[in-house]
Amino acid sequence: MASIATTSGPEPVFHLEEEHAHAEGSSTMLGFWLYLMSDCLIFAMLFAAYGVLGGNYAAGPAPKDLFDLDLVAVNTAMLLFSSITYGFAMLAMDKGRVAATQAWLAVTALFGLAFLSIELYEFSHMIHEGATPQRSAFLSSFFTLVGTHGLHVTFGLVWLVTLMTQVARFGLIEANRRRLMCLSMFWHFLDVVWIGVFTFVYLMGMLR
Amino acid sequence: MPDSLTKFIFGRLTLDSLPLHEPIVVATFAAVALGGIALFGVITYFKLWTYLWREWFTSVDHKKIGIMYMVLGLVMLLRGFSDAIMMRLQQAIAFNGSEGYLNSHHYDQIFTAHGVIMIFFVAMPFVTGLMNFVVPLQIGARDVSFPFLNNFSFWMTVGGAILVMASLFVGEFARTGWLAYPPLSGIGYSPDVGVDYYIWALQVAGVGTTLSGINLICTIIKMRAPGMTMMRMPVFTWTSLCTNVLIVASFPVLTAVLSLLALDRYVGTNFFTNDFGGNPMMYVNLIWIWGHPEVYILILPLFGVFSEVTSTFSGKRLFGYTSMVYATVVITILSYLVWLHHFFTMGSGASVNSFFGITTMIISIPTGAKIFNWLFTMYRGRIRFELPMMWTMAFMLTFTVGGMTGVLLAVPPADFVLHNSLFLIAHFHNVIIGGVLFGLFAGIAYWWPKAFGFKLDPFWGKVSFWCWVVGFWFAFMPLYVLGLMGVTRRMRVFDDPSLQIWFIIAAFGAVLIACGIAAFLIQIYVSIRRREALTDPTGDPWDGRTLEWSTSSPPPAYNFAFTPVVLDNDAWWDMKKAGYSRPLSGFKPIHMPSNTGTGVILAAFSVALGFGLIWYIWWLAALSFVCLIATAIGHTFNYIRDFHIPAAEVTQTEEARTTLLAAQG
Repeated sequence: MASIATTSGPEPVFHLEEEHAHAEGSSTMLGFWLYLMSDCLIFAMLFAAYGVLGGNYAAGPAPKDLFDLDLVAVNTAMLLFSSITYGFAMLAMDKGRVAATQAWLAVTALFGLAFLSIELYEFSHMIHEGATPQRSAFLSSFFTLVGTHGLHVTFGLVWLVTLMTQVARFGLIEANRRRLMCLSMFWHFLDVVWIGVFTFVYLMGMLR
Repeated sequence: MPDSLTKFIFGRLTLDSLPLHEPIVVATFAAVALGGIALFGVITYFKLWTYLWREWFTSVDHKKIGIMYMVLGLVMLLRGFSDAIMMRLQQAIAFNGSEGYLNSHHYDQIFTAHGVIMIFFVAMPFVTGLMNFVVPLQIGARDVSFPFLNNFSFWMTVGGAILVMASLFVGEFARTGWLAYPPLSGIGYSPDVGVDYYIWALQVAGVGTTLSGINLICTIIKMRAPGMTMMRMPVFTWTSLCTNVLIVASFPVLTAVLSLLALDRYVGTNFFTNDFGGNPMMYVNLIWIWGHPEVYILILPLFGVFSEVTSTFSGKRLFGYTSMVYATVVITILSYLVWLHHFFTMGSGASVNSFFGITTMIISIPTGAKIFNWLFTMYRGRIRFELPMMWTMAFMLTFTVGGMTGVLLAVPPADFVLHNSLFLIAHFHNVIIGGVLFGLFAGIAYWWPKAFGFKLDPFWGKVSFWCWVVGFWFAFMPLYVLGLMGVTRRMRVFDDPSLQIWFIIAAFGAVLIACGIAAFLIQIYVSIRRREALTDPTGDPWDGRTLEWSTSSPPPAYNFAFTPVVLDNDAWWDMKKAGYSRPLSGFKPIHMPSNTGTGVILAAFSVALGFGLIWYIWWLAALSFVCLIATAIGHTFNYIRDFHIPAAEVTQTEEARTTLLAAQG
């Protein structure tokens, strides 16, 4: 590249005189996407385990004996509604309306809580009938897959409450908006995973 | 105290859990304890605790975190190597009716710990440390994307290492081999704490690894200097990017599969059991879906090191930059398509085995392309045989042999004969020592002056080099021979006396490697003592080509006073050729992240959580889990995480450098 030194054009510039402001958290969205994809991989493993072991009933109960599709439909509705209401919260956030944002977040939390309650009821009902995670490989993989999703929703709720507190204390400042965006992605991601669970575990399970 | 109360407080931890009946462990403990007390005393005497806490432990500076990773790797290398030389000694003497000096209980823990430590707590910290230190400098950035996460990741890795080390003195480690296959690692055959130590050490460290992977990907994607397009990135940055993609796309698999094993052990589920529909081979499949990318996670960054070293010390631009990048990407993708070659004997049938055999052989094509690129870079270059270049040459010779035995093992019928034999052991040590370790030594010798401002002493470096290289060939070529004769791995005693001579040669090689490690430590000591004579005030001791050599050694906290602008590959070389002179005035305040102790605290709670789970001390596990979550949430309430280095301080630092450079003439 000796030519650069000899050409008579303008001197090449090798550094920035003016720093462009490095917006704090400019990589956060990308980073959070990557985290979500790594989490997605954990779910992929659990789905794969269910795919391999899901038919191994070990002379125990099968999906048809256990699943109550009406209940699961209600449960699914709860989670899907919570995604919609989270969407409304984000719209309110964009307009800078703190009270409306908080209200929609609270509604989201209630739907999430309803989802978890129904899931726990379903689990306890199954365990009561003797369909415990220890009973067969099918049940081990079922409880682990669905339970891991439930655990994620639980952490999402803890996170939601934390963020509501922070919005209440500090308002819709840039950092809080970014955090709400991350939780939004997390929440919708859990929705997508649930669609997979609903289809792959519950609906297909009834066809087995 | 009533029995139930003791059980509540201590779980299954009793006085019998301390391995007092193992004289070797007791002696080791005494030595470690004395060394620890001495270290503690020295730090306290010189009042270094505050300094260490403020400047290092809580630092979010990627350079300091990188150096701490290297220190961790070095400390754990000593532990992992102790395990290795104990095995070599045992196998060299356990003939003609002799039982050797290690009982099977102890020996099985040693070979497991050796593998786990060398991969997770030696190679991984070394590789991560190198990437942490070098990548932001090479791309002209001031830090990584998420500086706090970086500190947290490091301490989680330390947390995992602490759990593994604790297993030596409190309880025991797994006796299952380094991947802990069930059903052996299930609760039925391994009811004690060994496998639990294994699981929780890797889970704690795995969190750190995954997060540091995400962090470095974001850094490389988002924080490159203006003008540095993807195809102008230094090759080390490229290989780091691919490695971190592999980390993010494979460590969650490990997390998931170890969680399932933990559920089998703690809850009594039936994922990998032999009864109630469990499937042990699913574990083997899943863990190798992580495990094979893992070996490329280890080697790819070192391919980057060799590329940097070869082109710098040949005084030439790297031959075939584009093909090098594509080869790296192809290896990244192919590494996901070969996992089954680790267990051809599973019985998956001829067509499946053929597929995985062929994909495995295909990997040798991009790897071979790399070797030729390095050779062509050297061709007609003005080669300087400095230490990093010597390691690179040793790598090219050694690694090629390892690669060829790898292709041999990729042939399923040959693998049916050779699998689980010492031939396999020789093969992967051939590529890991000849590739990863030689590369690390090349990288350390190459970037040490950047990190500390003085070169490493070449004499002791060469002593270490020859001991390592010759020691490696003595230690592992006999294992190829033994493997071909059918000797299986992990044996403690032998019946056939004709084999002994090979094991003695291998043990001799291990002793030579011990000398190599000792010479390396002496090299560091001597270099620090002679740092005045070895000093490099220019910041560019090797006539380097990439941006890290454009700043001072050691670089200031902010790396670059002004963000560099990149116009070509080998940006710094381009700048030097164009007669670039560094700016001497007009400095502005620089925006930097603040230090925080949260990472240390979170990792400490994670260790406590792991310990509680291992020993069934449920109150401790629950308490530390709650503290962990509370600390993490508390940390999010701290919104002020940055500060500005005042322009005056930048000016002062830069003027000091100007004076230093002027003194050079």
